Amino acid sequence: MEVFISGCLILVFSGAVALLSGRSRGAPWLAALGVWVGCGTALVPVLATLAGQAPESLQIAWGMPGGSLSFGLDGLSAFFCLPILLVSPLAALYGCEYLAHEKKPLGSILFFYNVLVASMLLLMAARNGLLFLVVWEIMAISSFFLVIFDDEHAHVREAGWTYLIATHIGTAALLVFFALLGRQAGSLEFDAMADAKLAPAMASVLFGLAVVGFGSKAGFFPLHVWLPEAHPAAPSHVSALMSGVMIKTGIYGLLRALTMLGAPLEAWGWTLVIIGLLSGVLGVAFALAQHDLKRLLAYHSVENIGIIALGIGTGVLGLTWNQPVLAVLGLGGGILHVLNHAIFKSLLFLGAGAVVHSTHTRDIDHLGGLLKSMRWTGLTFLVASAAISGLPPFNGFVSEFLIYMAGFSGVRTGASNTVVLAIGSVGGLALIGGLAAACFAKAFGIVFLGEPRSSHATEAREVGAAMRWPMAALAAVCLGIGLFAPLALRLVLPAVQAIAGAENVLIDGPLDSAISVLSGVAWVSVCLLALATGLFCIRRRLPRGEEETTTGTWDCGYAHPTARMQYTASSFAQPLTDLFRMVLRTHRQGNVPQGFFPRRATYGTETPDAARERLFAPLFRIIDRCAAPIRRMQHGRVHEYLLYIAIVLILLLIWKAGGPQ
Amino acid sequence: MKTLHWIGPVMAWVLSPLMLGIINRVKAVFAGRRGQPLCQLYYDLFKLLRKGSVYSRSTSLVIRVAPSVVLACMMICTMLVPWGKMEAPVAFAGDIILLAYLLGLARFATVLAALDTGSAFEGMGASREVEFAALAEPSFFLGMLVLVLHCGSIGLSDVMAGFSSPTWQTSGILLGLVACSWFILLLTENSRIPIDDPNTHLELTMIHEVMVLDYSGPDFAYILYGASLKLWVFAALVVNLIVPLRSVPVWGQIPLFLLGMGVIAVLVGIVESILARLRLQQVPKILIGAAALSIIALTVELME
Amino acid sequence: MDIISVLLILSCLLLLGSSRLNVAIRVVAAQGILLGILPLDRSMGEFTAGIWVLSISTLISKGILLPWLMSICVRNSEIRREIEPFIGFGSSLLCGIGLLALAVWVTVRMPAVPGKLPVGFLMTSSFFLVFVGLFLMVTRRKALTQSLAYLVMENGVYGVGVGMSLDFPFVVELGILLDVFVGVFLMGNLLFHLDREFEHMDVDKLTELSDVSESPTIDGEQIA
Repeated sequence: MEVFISGCLILVFSGAVALLSGRSRGAPWLAALGVWVGCGTALVPVLATLAGQAPESLQIAWGMPGGSLSFGLDGLSAFFCLPILLVSPLAALYGCEYLAHEKKPLGSILFFYNVLVASMLLLMAARNGLLFLVVWEIMAISSFFLVIFDDEHAHVREAGWTYLIATHIGTAALLVFFALLGRQAGSLEFDAMADAKLAPAMASVLFGLAVVGFGSKAGFFPLHVWLPEAHPAAPSHVSALMSGVMIKTGIYGLLRALTMLGAPLEAWGWTLVIIGLLSGVLGVAFALAQHDLKRLLAYHSVENIGIIALGIGTGVLGLTWNQPVLAVLGLGGGILHVLNHAIFKSLLFLGAGAVVHSTHTRDIDHLGGLLKSMRWTGLTFLVASAAISGLPPFNGFVSEFLIYMAGFSGVRTGASNTVVLAIGSVGGLALIGGLAAACFAKAFGIVFLGEPRSSHATEAREVGAAMRWPMAALAAVCLGIGLFAPLALRLVLPAVQAIAGAENVLIDGPLDSAISVLSGVAWVSVCLLALATGLFCIRRRLPRGEEETTTGTWDCGYAHPTARMQYTASSFAQPLTDLFRMVLRTHRQGNVPQGFFPRRATYGTETPDAARERLFAPLFRIIDRCAAPIRRMQHGRVHEYLLYIAIVLILLLIWKAGGPQ
Repeated sequence: MKTLHWIGPVMAWVLSPLMLGIINRVKAVFAGRRGQPLCQLYYDLFKLLRKGSVYSRSTSLVIRVAPSVVLACMMICTMLVPWGKMEAPVAFAGDIILLAYLLGLARFATVLAALDTGSAFEGMGASREVEFAALAEPSFFLGMLVLVLHCGSIGLSDVMAGFSSPTWQTSGILLGLVACSWFILLLTENSRIPIDDPNTHLELTMIHEVMVLDYSGPDFAYILYGASLKLWVFAALVVNLIVPLRSVPVWGQIPLFLLGMGVIAVLVGIVESILARLRLQQVPKILIGAAALSIIALTVELME
Repeated sequence: MDIISVLLILSCLLLLGSSRLNVAIRVVAAQGILLGILPLDRSMGEFTAGIWVLSISTLISKGILLPWLMSICVRNSEIRREIEPFIGFGSSLLCGIGLLALAVWVTVRMPAVPGKLPVGFLMTSSFFLVFVGLFLMVTRRKALTQSLAYLVMENGVYGVGVGMSLDFPFVVELGILLDVFVGVFLMGNLLFHLDREFEHMDVDKLTELSDVSESPTIDGEQIA
């Protein structure tokens, strides 16, 4: 455990050094080196835990009441450390070049980046409720400072503010959660809380608090409203870290809460399944309507968190119904999707960052044809798009496959509630997958293919090596997990055991069958790659001596097609956004062409977030109106504030002095 | 004997272009014409393989790689489909999911290649294609759910092997509903009327045809062959449901299976000749209706 | 026996998804014919005279007479399609799936009535008919579609009755059919009068008859 803590300390220390030497050219490289060394050090105990030999837990006394600095790693923590340790160094390396041309001093962003990574690692290792909350808050604050790096823009400040409020609403729920659970258990140590005997009503209240608190960090619908604001506003490598890794800490917290609350109730599983389906479908529907590249990716994070919640909910239902197969496959699929999403979402954000860095615009409709000028970025973005759509042979398919298998396997007993679960999870997942593939065909196709639609796109150049290598590495991992699927399942096994093992469920049988099935998938993926390559080579050899000419695209005889006549993102997604128009409420503005030879016409769409417009905005307005009378107490007169303090002190004195002697 | 299991894929690879020939001949008969030769697609494929190709200047490597990806996906799909009592050469629990997603990968590649050309026509076809595919996938999976619920095992080969004449007497409604649902999917995925018109070249009515406008030479041969394999795969799934192959001895199963495929091709031709193409806004209703058929089958199964 | 129930459910789906009034009338006629065959199917071989009379009377009234009346109305009014219902046709199909789930849920929770035939899939489809009838009445604008929906609801009630038992008193059945007949007759009359007076059949526009308007007006212009 000391090795792990020292890794975190290296991170913070190198961040501090970078902060102090903020203006020098080498500061980003120094901070990145610190991240690499720190993560590498922390990787050793994590791998040891996954292999079955957890390090000794560490306990240091602390002055805070109820708190102690107790750290420990188990299967669940170790697995959730993997995305952090994989993505943070690559994003840090990427950030060195991404921030290279910034005029501002970089000290603060480098420091807070390292602090964020260190706090996430410490969060995984925390074994005390108070320590957990303190580290959670450090994580929130440091990510806030990262989000508002470009604070000269008003929308970035606005986004930071939204993020701060949302994360503190979640933290408030968590405070209540730990307070209640700690009171039941008598102490704030995780082990004591896990052993506490809870009445079902109390357990359900705690579960609800955990869903709100951890769900707002993870991005469950409708608590996701900060995601589409904060992720586009932050610098791209920070977005990659936040979207790929930080929101998974919410999922980690939820799973940890599940281990502490005893045997799960059926209603909990159904809640997670319904939240998962809602987040998944609505997330991807909103993503379809966006034409800002990073906002689109942020909504896809909501969708994938929905898939993870669906898998975990299925697993929880398997635990309640005593079906080990359902539990293993559901939990395994959901937890594996955590790792998979971390990889391909980070890769997508890094790719989007490369595009933004090169073209200085985030609007999809101004890009196009970038695959020819930014080949590496384009290819890695293509790999990530295929992975997030759940297509073989990449990693997204493996985790979605496991969740499908969970749905199908549960049905074999024939009970009606398993059938309802299967309809929801299988049908819902199929719909989500189809819509996600549509959205990424749009995103990749309009940004990278075709002709450039504006001068931003024609002037794009490929980014440097420090930005390309992390993307290539992540793309290789995507393919690797897809081809070595059984190994990936073995990685997930300790985490599944930590959750299911708490209920003493035999998971060896289902696990073996799952591994054999995944081997079949992996073999087919290998055959697919081999066959595609073979067919391509055959095709290359075919026209021996025949010419291969190039010409313009067929344009139906129109004499002067321009690049702006290509399909735009809004037009591509229009059939689908039309289907969902009740939910999306897109605002359209523009003037139609008029007359026989129209000169100018404009058209634009904007889709504000529905949860924000119709749920939170009215709610906050009501709170504002109710709280307005109280503002009369805050008038700025210092004498009256002193009077308030004096009155309260005297009242306390009277109360205590007048009490029993 | 594992080698016997390969008869299915080999039949698919050799005979699938013939199905398109049968469909076109049926349509010609309805229209009072003599029609193309039955083996026309074979002649077209051999001609295209010998030709050179023309690429658009707007395209990148995506359009050069996509045909190989599409054909590879389709060939592996043919290896996943069982026939009669024989299980497919590649069979494991959950291979239906792999089948659906391989089709999805082929579709993804086709759509990206269409956007690669930078033409508004292809963009139009691509956007409609992804819309209908997103709505059609749940129907496919729900149909499979009905079959899994009925049979108790998840592998495609196991499920299909469980059907025989007695099954039709007891659960005929289930199989009929799922077969109708999958037949509608066959029409959707293979760009048949009433969803899409495979003969027109007007952009207002095209979905699949427009996405392949800019292919030529061997690439186009790959795409056409892949499309015929896809038709074979879907038709084989429907035939496995309807025709009680298991009751017949092994040597009789191949002719019966081929007869079933021929009947499906004739049926598709009849449907294409009788119905008119639907307005694009009506197609989601049909697809939701196909999903509803599977859900009705599920309720029937539940209530028994 | 299940085939009839499944065909009834499929006919409801057609009703939900189609906008053409002629198709709707034909579907309701088909439902009537199916319900006419139903008692014969349920009797499992014991063909008494009562069952034959029930079956044939249902067939004639629900399957032939009432749809014929409807088609006369349609021909006279020159309305051919339902345009812009409150819930669109695709969404109606999705709601239909939800109503089917509701029907299943209700049927699963119903205890079997002792001494009668066990609750089966017919009950589910009959409940579904009732729900679809209610749904169509609420969400469609044209008065003709609303009376068709009323017919569908009555079909569902009839199906529930047949499903519960076969020795249904003939008189009560006649009473129900009379209800239906009167209802349709009245609605038909109303349709004629509506048509002549207002030149359209939008029931929604009946609110214009109300004296209480939503905002103050002077000479028809709204002030606030």
